[in-house]
Formats: sequence, C-alpha cells, structure tokens
Amino acid sequence: MLVSYKWLKEYIDIDEYSAKEVAEKLTRSGVEVDAIHPLNKEITNLVVGKVVECVKHPEADKLNICQVDVGEIKPVQIVCGAKNVGEGQYVAVARVGARLSGGMKIKRAKLRGEVSEGMICSLQELGFEGKLVPKKYSEGIFNFPQEMLAGEDALSPLGLDDTILELDLTPNRSDCLSMLGVAYEVAAILGVDVKVPEPAIVASKEKASDFVKVHVEASGDNPYYGATVIKGVKIGESPLWLQTALIASGVRPINNVVDVTNYVLLEYGQPLHAFDLDTFGSKEVLVRRATEGEKIVTLDESERTLSGEHLVITNGEDPVALAGVMGGATSEVNDDTVNLLLEAAYFDPGPVRKASRDLGLRSDSSVRFEKGVDPNRVAAAGLRAASLIQQLAGGEILEGPVEFDQLNREPREVSITLDKVNNTLGTQLEVEQIERIFDQLQFPFKENNALFTVDVPTRRQDISIEADLVEEIARLYGYDHIPTTLPNTPTTPGGLTTTQLKKRKTRRFLEGAGMHEAISYSLTTAEKEAHFTENVQSRVKVALPMSEERSTLRTTLLPHLLDALSYNKNRNSYHVHLYEMGSVFHTEENQVTVQPEEKTYVSGAFMGLWHEHSWQGEKKPVDFYVVKGIVEGLLSELDVNGEIRYVQYEKAGLHPGRTALLEIDGKEVGFLGQLHPSTAKEWSLPATYVFELNLQSLMEGTEENLRYEAIPKYPAMDRDIALVVDESVKAEDLQRIILNHGGKLLTRVAVFDLYQGENLAPGKKSLAFSLRYLDRDKTLTEEEVSAVHEKVLLALEENAGAILRS
Amino acid sequence: MLDRLQELHDEAMKKVADASDLNDLKVVRIAYLGKKGPITEVMKGMGKLSAEERPKVGQKANEVRESVTSYIEEKEKAFEEAALLEKLKKESIDVTLPGRPVSKGGRHPLTSVVETIEDVFIGMGFNVAEGPEVETDYYNFESLNLPKHHPARDMQDTFFVTSDLLLRTQTSPVQTRTMEKHEGQGPVKIICPGKVYRRDEDDATHSHQFMQIEGLVVDEGIRMSDLKGIFATFVKKYFGEERNIRLRPSFFPFTEPSAELDISCAMCHGKGCRTCKHTGWIEVLGAGMVHPNVLEMGGFDPEKYSGFAFGMGVERFAMLKYGIDDIRHFYTNDTRFLSQFTRV
Ligand SMILES: [Zn+2]
Repeated sequence: MLVSYKWLKEYIDIDEYSAKEVAEKLTRSGVEVDAIHPLNKEITNLVVGKVVECVKHPEADKLNICQVDVGEIKPVQIVCGAKNVGEGQYVAVARVGARLSGGMKIKRAKLRGEVSEGMICSLQELGFEGKLVPKKYSEGIFNFPQEMLAGEDALSPLGLDDTILELDLTPNRSDCLSMLGVAYEVAAILGVDVKVPEPAIVASKEKASDFVKVHVEASGDNPYYGATVIKGVKIGESPLWLQTALIASGVRPINNVVDVTNYVLLEYGQPLHAFDLDTFGSKEVLVRRATEGEKIVTLDESERTLSGEHLVITNGEDPVALAGVMGGATSEVNDDTVNLLLEAAYFDPGPVRKASRDLGLRSDSSVRFEKGVDPNRVAAAGLRAASLIQQLAGGEILEGPVEFDQLNREPREVSITLDKVNNTLGTQLEVEQIERIFDQLQFPFKENNALFTVDVPTRRQDISIEADLVEEIARLYGYDHIPTTLPNTPTTPGGLTTTQLKKRKTRRFLEGAGMHEAISYSLTTAEKEAHFTENVQSRVKVALPMSEERSTLRTTLLPHLLDALSYNKNRNSYHVHLYEMGSVFHTEENQVTVQPEEKTYVSGAFMGLWHEHSWQGEKKPVDFYVVKGIVEGLLSELDVNGEIRYVQYEKAGLHPGRTALLEIDGKEVGFLGQLHPSTAKEWSLPATYVFELNLQSLMEGTEENLRYEAIPKYPAMDRDIALVVDESVKAEDLQRIILNHGGKLLTRVAVFDLYQGENLAPGKKSLAFSLRYLDRDKTLTEEEVSAVHEKVLLALEENAGAILRS
Repeated sequence: MLDRLQELHDEAMKKVADASDLNDLKVVRIAYLGKKGPITEVMKGMGKLSAEERPKVGQKANEVRESVTSYIEEKEKAFEEAALLEKLKKESIDVTLPGRPVSKGGRHPLTSVVETIEDVFIGMGFNVAEGPEVETDYYNFESLNLPKHHPARDMQDTFFVTSDLLLRTQTSPVQTRTMEKHEGQGPVKIICPGKVYRRDEDDATHSHQFMQIEGLVVDEGIRMSDLKGIFATFVKKYFGEERNIRLRPSFFPFTEPSAELDISCAMCHGKGCRTCKHTGWIEVLGAGMVHPNVLEMGGFDPEKYSGFAFGMGVERFAMLKYGIDDIRHFYTNDTRFLSQFTRV
C-alpha cells in the first residue's frame, strides 16, 4: 500500500509531524513502513506556463517555437519537440537554471537558430513512472487539465511536494489497505481525531428501481449488492487533485468515472465497479455462481473460462463482471458512456480468492475482497463515489440505490480482564491506561470491575479474541515498555538425546579425519538418482516443481556430493573430501499418499590425494582402504556392537570389483567403494570413492558400553605368520579361522602384509598375520603358545589350504 | 727424585696442553702414565729410598699422576664436545621449510551456527526436538492456526507433494508434535533446528531450501516479558554482551501478540550505517505469545497455560556473524568457502 502523506492529512491533523516521524511511529507500533519516497527528486525552478503562441520551427519540422507566459511581463520563447503542444495550454515549464529529476540542468539553448529559454516538461521528465502517466500524456508533454495561474510554482499542483509511505502490511492488517484505515491507525498512535468524508448528493425524483432490478442467487457469497444509477454523465479527464492522488498511490488515471471508483477504493478500501448502463444488456443484475466452462472477456481483453466456484455478476443471461475481481469488457465505461450503473457490494473472500487464484488475476479489488472488507463502509463508499461522480462528471443520481441486503454489520464483542492483559504481557497496567488505549483506537467499550467489554469496529476484521486485544494494547502501550524478566517457572535440565549426541560425534569424527561437511539440496532429479538405483518409480515428487532440477526428493546423498566434487574440480580444487549428513526420503508407494520414511544418512565422497606433502614428495591418493578406514573408525566411534562384515558387492554406479556392502549382524547398513568409472565420467570426475551409511540404523544398533579393562600384568607373546593361499581366499576368512581356533589365549589378529607376484605360484598370494597370545593370570611359556599356534596352523591348512610360507 | 717427578709433570702437562686431538692425548697418556712410562720408572727406584723419603716420593708421584690424568680427561671432554658439535652442525636442516600438514576437515558454517545456538539454549534448560521434512498440511499449517484458504498462507509459497503433504515451510510443525507428546502437561522448553523449503527462485538473498530454528516455551504463567528476558540473554551470549534487543509488533498466525526482534547493529553500535539500513537495528527473528488456538490444538489448556514461540533463520545468523553476502554460498559446497570455517 502506497500512502500519500498529503492525502492522509485530509483526514487527520498531523501537521506537527514529518512524514518520517509518522513512518517511524507506524513501524514501531506494527504497521511497517518499508520505504519513504519523497516525490520531489530535487526538482527546482518548475513553474506553470501558458502557451500563448505556438508555431512550427522554420528549419525543423518536428520542432515548435512557443511563446510561453511564465508570469512575467514578456513571455519566454521555448523550442518544444512534443507533438501535443498547442496554444492555450497550461504546461509545466522548467526555467533556465532549473534542475530536473536525475540532476539534469536546464540551460539557455539555441535550436536550429532559435533561442530556447527553458523546457516544457513531460511527466516522465518530472520523475513520474511511465506506467502511471495517463495515456493522453504518455507520448508528449503534460497539460494541466484546468485553468492555472501562469508563473505559479508547479511542484505543488503536480503533487510533487508529497511524500509517499510504502507500507509492508502483514496479512492481518488489511484495514490499512485504505487511506481511512491508515488514518485511524495514525490517529490511534498520535491520539488525534479522524475526519471521515460526509458525502452529500442531490437525488433526482426518478427511481433507480425503475431502471434496474437486483437479484442475488448466491446470497452467502454476496450478502449485499447496491446498484446506484447515474444518468447523463459526461466522461472526461479528472481534475488534477484526483489524478495526482491516484498517481501517488500507484494507480494510472483513466477518466473521471473510473478514477472516482479507484479513488474511493483507495479511500474506503471498498472496491466499486461502474458499468455502462446502456451496454449492460438488460435491466436486471443477477449475481450467481458461474456455470462450469462459462466464459467472460474481462476488461484486460482476455477471455476467461470459469467454474462453479467462481462468482459472476450477470445481466440475467451473460456474465458482465467477475465478482470482486474484474469487470467485463462489454459494459466497460468509455468516452461515449452517458448512463452508469455503479456497483457497491460485499463479496465473500472465498469465491474471490478462488477466482483470483484460478485465473491468475490479482487486482486492487480482489486483494481487498479476499481479506474481507468493512461491511459498514460498503454502502457509504457507494454514496461517496456517486457524489464525486456527480461533482466531476455531472449527471443525475436516481433515487436509490437498488439493494439486496442480508449483510451483518454488527460489531464483534470481545471481552478481556485487566489481569489477563498484565499476566500475558508481564506488565502492571492500570484500568485507566487501558481505557485510554481503547479510546485512541476508537473502540467503544464498557468497563466493569476491570473487565472490559469491547465492541470492535467492523473495520478491524482482524480482532476477534482476547489475545487480539492484548496485542492492540501491547503495541499501543509500546513493546519497549514491556519489562524484561525471566520465567518464574521451575528450571528444567536441558540437553541432547543420545541420537543427537551421536550425530555430533559422527561430525567430529569425520572432520577429524579430514573431511569437510557439505550441505546440499534435498530436491534433485530422477536422472541423477537413477545412477545409483534401478528403482526410480517409488520417489517422492513435488506436485508442481519450479524446475526439473528440483522435482524429486533424494533417496541418496551421493549425487549432490558428486555435484559438489565436480564444482570444486572446475574451480581447480582437485583433492576434495566431503561428507554430508541429511535426510533421504523413501516411499513404498508409486503415488505418494502418506508421509515417506525419512532416514538420516551420512555419506562421503573423495577425489584426488588423501595425503600430500609437496617438498617431501609424498603423495597418497585416496583408495578403497582409506575410505574403509574411515568407515571402520566411525563404527568404532559410535560403539557399534554386533558382527560387522564387509561383503564384496555389486551396485549400480559403483565399481563391481571395488565395492563392499556393510552388514551389521547380517543387516545391510550401507556401502562403500569406488565410483564406477563411467559414472565418474558422467560427473567429469577422476577416480572417486564414496560411502553411504544409514546413520539411523547404525545408531539404533549401538549402546555405550565403555568399561575399563585391567592392563595385563604378564607379557604377551607375538607370532607372525605368512600364509600362501589361493588368490580368491579372503583375508576375512583366514582371520575367522584363526580366531575360531586360537582359544582364549589368542587376543588379537591383524593383517600386516599382502604379497602377490614373484616367488609365488601363479594364482597364489601371501597374506601375513600377526597373532598375539596372552594369559592374564600368568606368564605364558613357549610350549603353551606353540600348542595353540600349531592348532591354528593346522586349521588354516585344512580349511583354507593355507600353507605357511617358508 | 722429587725434582725428577716435577720435571716429568711439567713435561706431560705441556704435551697435554699442546695436544690437538684425542689421538695426541692418547699418545701422551701412554707415554707418561703407561706401565712403561717414566713415572712408573721413577716409582720402581723407590726401593732405594729411606723410610722417611719413600712416602713423600709416593705422594708426589700420585699427585703428578692425578694432575696429568685430570688434565687429559678435561681435554678429552672438550675434544668430544667439539666433535659432537661438529657432527650436529652437519645435520642442520632448513627450519623454514613447511611442516607436514595435519589433515583437518571442518563443519559447515550452518551446522556451526545451529550447534552454537543449541548449546546456548541447552544452557538455559531447553531440549532439542526434531521432526519430518515432508509434513502434513495439518502440522505445517492447520495446527498453527492457518486453516486452508487463510490469507496468511500466501506469505509462504509451498512445495506441495499432494494436497495434504508438503515440504515443510517452517520448523514450527515440530511445536505441535512436541506439545502433543507432552499430553497437556508443562513445561515444554524446546528448540527445533532443521531444513525448510519455499518456492522461491534462488538468488543472493533467497533460497528454496534453508534452515530455521524454532523455539517454544509453554508453562503456567509464561509472559511476554519472559520472551524479552530469554532473548536478551540469548543475544548477549550469542552476539556479545554489548548488544541490545528491541521488539516490534508484527504478525504471525500462530502467535498473538507477535513481534519481530531486532538487535543493535554491531557495525555502527546503533548509530546507523549501511548494514542496518540506517536504522541502528538488525532484524533477526520473529516471535510472539503462542496463539490460544495453537495451544489448544497441541492439547494444552489456554486458560491454564501460556507460552512463547520464536523462529530464526540460520543462514541469516551466519551471514550476520561472518559477513557472508550471498546465501547461495552455503549450498555450493566450495571448499574455498567451507575451509574458512574450520576454526569455528
Ligand atoms: Zn549499523
């Protein structure tokens, strides 16, 4: 909402305050002034001039030589290029030495031999927005539409001495979508009175009801319809005060009748519509729901197809207006209009919002009806408009209006006690203070024993419960005056849950390991997902995506991590290790109907070198075992207990020979491995390694069971063995055999070497293990260890064909 | 004989003094102190001496030996030290070459902000609550006093999945979910961090995905002045002791009265500058007293209980705290950006 400060002052006496002061006060009490625009952008030396003579320039077709009376003894000569300049016009003249908006300076000039002492201005040159300039003046200079005094300052008549307050209204304060509403608000803050217009009309003896009938079928949607008939109007240009008021409010002047309806819309917040009675098509107004597929051509020349949820004004047969949204083209007021049907109606927010939404048609009218207009201003606005039209366009107002009226105009009664106010705010207000606030708001009330019963005026549709009154009191009392306290309630222990702590632990661990945390978008594309899964059917999709790029909720964190690697690579960062912790969304349904399952995953992606030391020449590229080390470390950090297994695994998007499935107690919890080279290529990535873990199931399988274990008093004995086995034998298998046969003396087995190549038979490899034997109760003897060790070696040979390498 | 010993002593001492390395010392030691050396020779002749003279000569011989030996040892030590020093000097390295880097990753700045804020509120007795990102219309809107067709729904452009399911536009649904779990029993003191989604085109100040932290306190006798107190404490802990707060009336469907919370500008200390658009204040969050309808839908009796709620944008906090100018930086995961926050 744009509020002209000059216009606002017609309703309230606020001369002692500057626009800036009022803006600040409005903002601090809840109606935010987003910006303050002074309309005069440094324009000086602009006067009204009268063109007393205008002849063609002898040397230039497109130029006119004008003699302009600027209130001095002799007129000044100004060369003007505008087509629409002519004798007798009152124009805006920037005199020599004047400055225009944008800092342009006017100098004495010679144009093709003719002296020009100043410039006749267009509205655009004076800083008016092109789209607000009346069509008549959009291609040339401006003419004052009325007689003026030559030489007088032109800034004020043009409204350039005004300041505009741009309000950023919250949805509840639709009352401030009108000048009167803003006036009430400012009056409440400053404690001044509001002067409401009192329109007076002279009605003719003819009855409007002889010219038009009103029938409302959809009385719920349209509880009030008032039709005023005005005969014999003369359509023309509006006076300057009206045009400047509209332009200041961001509305383009059109003609006197339309301008009046727009003016009253801005003034009362009540949208009105004027039909040309002669092209209306009947003598009957019928308000009804549209039929399915019914069509109307609206004022903006577009054909609209309607549904049964939309409300239309018809002439008994065809729709002539889309109720509350926009009028129809057929009965539009134009230069030839003589007789008017002026509509002032209350339309329910529902169908207006529906039509506006469905048809993508937002108008100054729909915006106001959608929020609910003041039922007590509907008829008053009709009267105000009729009176202004008569004043500006002449004509006879017939006795009327013709009405359909089932509108509830009763104020809402809301009660509140003093205690409730003070207990909610933490204040110690007295009855008198609250009374004063209600008085300033002009809310009629009764007070009895500190119980206030308030008749909330219908202009404040947002106030319906006691909490709303508390807010009114609080904001006018001033939020700054509310004390600062801490809750009187017993203290509570705060903290993180085990799961939340484990998420933090996971982050700490991965960061300590050298990874950066990434956060990427949850919305992705089905194609990106398809690289890692066969099943792309069961996806959660956004109904109306803004782009394909953000159409589907992710089921894996990998694609966006790969995007991030790729992004970094393109910016010359080649060694990047990222992890992300976030939700993925799985559904079993082809068409989602219930909330999908959201699981927290943690995933990582690595490219380039893991370690590098430039001058020592060390370079360690990331490989499978780097990633596995991190995963193993994380499992240990999270106290995962249960049997952890890494199973050779084939998965879409991953290298078939370098991928492992992670199982805990036989349950899949994730995978790790090298990105399939063709997948890597899709992302233009070098050798890339990834892991993806279902953190949620990892955390479920964990419990903190850290207990101190006594440090052994007796020495342990280490035996290292190198075993020759078939290449297909897995380290894990050998390890399991060793553990199964080592008895209770065997406390640790670790792989320490892998050898393939020379000195071994083809198809063989050598794996070396270190075995630690320990007896917690005494010093072990060679014989005891050897007895167990021999059993282990025998079992290795029998079960895995493992031969001790000599 | 005594003279002879003194003579030998002086001779030997001179040779030690002249020795230029360990080898020279060894020669001197063998020459004078060895079993075949002159001192031993002198001692052998002691038998011929009288009983009076014998101990004197013996004593003198020992003195000479000790004196020479001690001098040799002293010189030996000096030579060894010099040799070691020589050796160490050869081992010298260039200490200006760079060290072996410890690889260290880091938390995303948004996570840092969330964790810091969590910790401040945990210190004030809050718990952390979480909820789903794909929400039902009921929890995201209706239970928050935003029935279908409520005009305030326009404030948030929503990604719908179905007519009833949507990507949550705010973390506020966690409020209702938490209140339901409390079954009408106070106190509730939670903050709920998480991702939220709006149908916005991404630009420097808008992102279709961003993070919010929602907070809720419900108990008997909670007042708007308590909201001010909790925030004054929070702002001082998070932004610094010298920062002040102010509340401005605002509107949120789920609170009444509602407020925007501003903090004093750190750049200009309230005098007005570009950062604060010349107001001296920076808007940081929205808050208010929980709307009675919201309490009721959460299963709390609004006659008995009251509460306040607040919501803040994590990106905005991070941008304010670290001076980041473009919200898109948070989601490109450029390591040149991320690595700046490893110290946080
Ligand atoms: Zn500042």
